[in-house]
Amino acid sequence: MFEVHFLEQHCKGCGMCVAFCPRKIIEMAEHTNDQGYNPAMVTDVSRCTGCAICAMMCPHVIIEVVEGGAA
Amino acid sequence: MPKGYQRPSTLVERPWHFCPGCNHGIVHRLVAEVIDEMGLQKETVGVGSVGCGVFSYEYFNFDGIGPSHGRAPAVATGVKRVLPDRLVFTYQGDGDLAAIGTTEMVHCAVRGELISIIFINNTLYGMTGGQMAPTTMMGQVTTTTPRGRGQAQGHPFRVCEMLATAEGAAYVARTAVYSPAQVVRTKKAIRRAFETQMAGLGFSLVEVLSACPTNWGMNPLEALKFVEEEMTPVFPLGELKVPEGVK
Repeated sequence: MFEVHFLEQHCKGCGMCVAFCPRKIIEMAEHTNDQGYNPAMVTDVSRCTGCAICAMMCPHVIIEVVEGGAA
Repeated sequence: MPKGYQRPSTLVERPWHFCPGCNHGIVHRLVAEVIDEMGLQKETVGVGSVGCGVFSYEYFNFDGIGPSHGRAPAVATGVKRVLPDRLVFTYQGDGDLAAIGTTEMVHCAVRGELISIIFINNTLYGMTGGQMAPTTMMGQVTTTTPRGRGQAQGHPFRVCEMLATAEGAAYVARTAVYSPAQVVRTKKAIRRAFETQMAGLGFSLVEVLSACPTNWGMNPLEALKFVEEEMTPVFPLGELKVPEGVK
């Protein structure tokens, strides 16, 4: 079980994490952050395998993937 | 394969000035990760550049210097000669390194200075609004070549191939960050460059082909595709020179 943390206020909505997530569980939110971008968010965290490809491709280093939570 | 990901402690947590989808951020992160892994955060001096990489000293959690335009390799040479046990590297774009800073970069490599250069090649001047750089490809439209770069402007400049001919250059590699696999290769190349320096084997340079979605007029994913399909045939990826000690 993994948790994916986004630094939402630093996100610039480029969509690289959405495109590269192998499970396709990341989407852009409908609301905007303080910078005016639609931030990325995880839709179904239970399907996350912790591969961290989203964090690897994020150009703004806003994603952290940590192991935790009840399985 | 290790799971999960945590932000490297060498990166300061603050919002960046880079445009959405800019590849500078990925390279900044890889440099920080390598420095974390090598345990050199307190032993590193970074030398910035003029251009989009200008604020690198604001984002890295180690000592940094902002030199004048293109002169980063000369400043880094001075720092390394005074403090030979430190990791000294420059972080430069193509407008800085391949245009105004050509002299400093070439002679630094020829002298075999024990510094590393991280060279971001996005084929144009990003910060000033997308003008043609020496690395702009033939036919590529920029704000100063509205009909595409032609014979009148000459052919693009391949930095790695030229520096690989210098005996002083020990490690020369060209990588990209358009896919997760390429990001892993780039990180390995940056690590090898830093190891080359710390082992005293000679000058090292890693050129990273980088997307500039804003000035190319593309969305971030189209820009990554452009790097893969249009840039890599002109700037072939790979390690041009690897010293025996770091293989």
